[in-house]
Amino acid sequence: MDQVTNIAAPLVSVRNCRQAYHKDASTDLIVLDDVNLTLQAGEIVGLLGRSGSGKSTLLRIVSGLLKPTSGEVMWRGVPLTGPAPGVAMVFQSFALFPWLTVQENVEIGLEAQGVKKAEREERTESAIDLIGLGGYDTAYPKELSGGMRQRVGLARALVVHPDLLLMDEPFSALDVLTAETLRTDLIDLWMEKKLPVKSIMMVTHNIEEAVLMCDRILVFSSNPGRVAQELKVPFAHPRNRFDPAFRQMVDDIYGIMTRRKAPTAQPMTPATGFATKLHPISTNIMAGLLETLEGPPYDGHADLPALAAALQYEADELLPLGETLSMLGFALLEEGDLHITDAGRKFVDAETEERKEIFAKILLAHVPLAAEIRKVLDERWNHRASSVRFRDELEDHMSPEYAEETLRTVISWGRYAELYEYDEEAQQFSLEEDEEDED
Amino acid sequence: MPSFAAPALASGRRMPNRWDGIAMLLVMGLLIGLVDVGRSTLFTPLLSSQATTIHLNPAYLPAYALRTTARMFAALFASLFFTFTFATLAAKSRRAGLILIPILDILQSVPILGFLSFTVVFFLNLFPGRVFGAELACIFAIFTSQAWNMAFSFYQSLTTLPADLVEASKSFRLSAWQKFWRLDVPFAMPGLVWNTMLSMSGGWFFVVASEAITVGNTSFALPGIGSYVAMALAQKNLLAIFYAILAMLIVIILYDQLLFRPLVAWSGKFRFETTASTATPDPWMLKLIRQTRVFQAIFDTAGELVGNIFRLRLGAGASVQVDENRKPSRVIDAIWYAIIAAVACYALWRIIGFISGSLHWSDLGQALLMGCYTMIRVTVLMTIAALIWVPIGVWIGLRPKATRVVQPIAQFLAAFPANLLFPPVVVAIVYFHVSPNIWLTPLMLIGTQWYILFNVIAGAAAFPGDMREAVANFRIRGFLRWRRVMIPGILPYFVTGAITASGGAWNASIVAEVASWGKTNLHAQGLGAYIAQATTAGDTPKIVLGVAVMSAFVIATNRVLWRPLYAYASRRTTLG
Repeated sequence: MDQVTNIAAPLVSVRNCRQAYHKDASTDLIVLDDVNLTLQAGEIVGLLGRSGSGKSTLLRIVSGLLKPTSGEVMWRGVPLTGPAPGVAMVFQSFALFPWLTVQENVEIGLEAQGVKKAEREERTESAIDLIGLGGYDTAYPKELSGGMRQRVGLARALVVHPDLLLMDEPFSALDVLTAETLRTDLIDLWMEKKLPVKSIMMVTHNIEEAVLMCDRILVFSSNPGRVAQELKVPFAHPRNRFDPAFRQMVDDIYGIMTRRKAPTAQPMTPATGFATKLHPISTNIMAGLLETLEGPPYDGHADLPALAAALQYEADELLPLGETLSMLGFALLEEGDLHITDAGRKFVDAETEERKEIFAKILLAHVPLAAEIRKVLDERWNHRASSVRFRDELEDHMSPEYAEETLRTVISWGRYAELYEYDEEAQQFSLEEDEEDED
Repeated sequence: MPSFAAPALASGRRMPNRWDGIAMLLVMGLLIGLVDVGRSTLFTPLLSSQATTIHLNPAYLPAYALRTTARMFAALFASLFFTFTFATLAAKSRRAGLILIPILDILQSVPILGFLSFTVVFFLNLFPGRVFGAELACIFAIFTSQAWNMAFSFYQSLTTLPADLVEASKSFRLSAWQKFWRLDVPFAMPGLVWNTMLSMSGGWFFVVASEAITVGNTSFALPGIGSYVAMALAQKNLLAIFYAILAMLIVIILYDQLLFRPLVAWSGKFRFETTASTATPDPWMLKLIRQTRVFQAIFDTAGELVGNIFRLRLGAGASVQVDENRKPSRVIDAIWYAIIAAVACYALWRIIGFISGSLHWSDLGQALLMGCYTMIRVTVLMTIAALIWVPIGVWIGLRPKATRVVQPIAQFLAAFPANLLFPPVVVAIVYFHVSPNIWLTPLMLIGTQWYILFNVIAGAAAFPGDMREAVANFRIRGFLRWRRVMIPGILPYFVTGAITASGGAWNASIVAEVASWGKTNLHAQGLGAYIAQATTAGDTPKIVLGVAVMSAFVIATNRVLWRPLYAYASRRTTLG
């Protein structure tokens, strides 16, 4: 009886899943909100989104590592209570044990299952051969290149013959060529049905990678993480990146990923409060991108996928950059396109000192946090203020990591704009000395 | 050259809080408990079976050396067992960690040499009339000199396990036992081996000091090098002392070459790094083991056996989801705090009861004054040692050839039990009739100054090549070079060495501020002498007071001087 129901049920089904991160003081921080997902045998599903969209969190919930705040996670029709035996994971950082050889690393999942030595060695050997690691059995991970290391990660996951293979940004730590080889090798094995798995779910921020490998893509939006759209990829393997239909799909996904942000792109009305998360983007990169955008061949307008390709950026690197420029009023971000504004042109044309002045005005106008810091400093008799209070206030609205990142960013921007100085040792903001004299 | 921050330092930013106070109470209460058990037997007559005759004939020395070494290793295994259990408990249980870690921190700073007499009597009491009790007491004394920093190092490794490896262990469903041997222990290995080496170095000092003990009118001598030296001192036999030094030298060379060099090199395999670092040549012993068939066969078989034990699927551990929303139960927390508070109050009550009966405020004043004397000694010595060893260490560290020669020698010297070198100095003081107040002082730092030297060498050797080129290119020389480049560059390393050296000096003061040669007794004014004299007189309350005051001095120096300095140095002198 059990057997029958289990086979009929999907591999994984997630219903109304929500992951919130409880804060003592104020509202909960919501990482994932109302996510639904069903995974059938025989498909490759991609979770695509920016960093912070909760896609890795969802992967960990599906793997049984993390318990969602609310919602239902079923594994083969049975509620999941811990790491499931039929799930194996491949990590972005490879997560290999540096003190174990390739063979010992691959064996570890079998050891955990208590598989006898003879069988263990046989299965390890065949997994190593399948994934193209033959001859490397006795090497240690640190002797291998990144690509070879991730092959070990794959072999380690495959050797336990999982029903579901979970991959968390498996190729993002690799260089372009190595990543491409690994992707095609994996897809080839999948098409030839040589992989001892029923289904694959992968997390990625690389749009092309998702379109290249997956049968189905769930595009996530950020803050809180939600499934913005679900897309079927209609192309047969092997897929051609230069096929116009392929390119169109990549373009469309870029559009989806930037769409929700369009309303906030009004330059003069920052829909941003004091506690907006700031992306840690250096002023050099902003200036560089504005200069590129203003100059030929873009002349002020660029298509994000094309710009990303030309600058060798990935989607999740370029998007925050575009959003930041848009928040500061230097550019407009709409439907996957970036347009420079007058303020942006003025900045590009200015000299170093003038740029700093423009940036200072922009910060005061568009970044409430920077304006607040400056206001507090102006009001204080000694023109000093501890950064701890700002950090605490930020932490009421975002996770400690984001609060830290936001504070670092506002320090760096403020230093560039010469709005205030910061003493790392004392954790204190202050006004520049000579400025006091002028007052 | 491997270099790890002293465990006491890495927890640098932890400010003193109420847990430290509670831990101090618990530790002192525990020691007083030991005293109470011991006191009842202090004046029972000595059993004849415990009186072992020590022969000064050098032919006995190899056997003595062997027994001394055996005690060392027995203590080492006890320390390892303690490390694996205590530190694991502290790391895995938040509630246990809250109190266990401050206790460990206090224990590190207690001059356990001062409590030797009580642990001895305690163990003799456990096994009355048997040498076994005395052996256990000696091993326990060595254990107390080894265990704390090993446990600290292991605890720190456990709290900094790489998150992805922890996740991988969980997702592949390793059992708790498997995870411990596959992840926890290997990850901690380099730091643990290094700290074990430091512990062993400290241990030789204690084994020599604790083999022959006199408390009140109880005394015993276990066959070993320490007792041999004690006997030689009593009989004014300078030649025998030189034999003992020679024997110790050989023992330490053997232990260093056969065990620890290979072990440290081997533990490099567990270094958590993603790139292959430049290979340093294997020590000859490791090469021998790796390249000889017989050794290989032995180690492979042993590895297979041990591997099977590590593979046992004991403990569930991994089959539970992480639930970030689950709050720890307030009720259990409250009960736990209440238990700790009750035990601490009981300890406080016992301490007050113990002290109020026999001590006055003037005794505390006296102990504090003595503490100040010893403090002055330690400060002057550290300054002199820094002035001597920092320039020499930098000079050596910047020259790779010199570093390769000197570094092992400095580490070796740190292991040599300095108390064996005391007698010649004592003889000289007696002969020249100079002031023991001044001339006994250098003995405190004889053993531990090497920590400063080899840490400074390591720091200078790790100085980045491009920065050295920049210094040469901008012609930064002389005082400017020291002020702006060298001293900031080696500061974290210097502090690491200095904290070990100064802590060791305090401890050594208990044996260094009093000395005897035949019937002549020398003693300097200081807290060490205060404790040592109270021990000889069997005046237990004064010993407790002396030890408590000394702990307070050591903890205060660490908190006020070394930790902030280390935190400052590592913040300021590292990029990123």
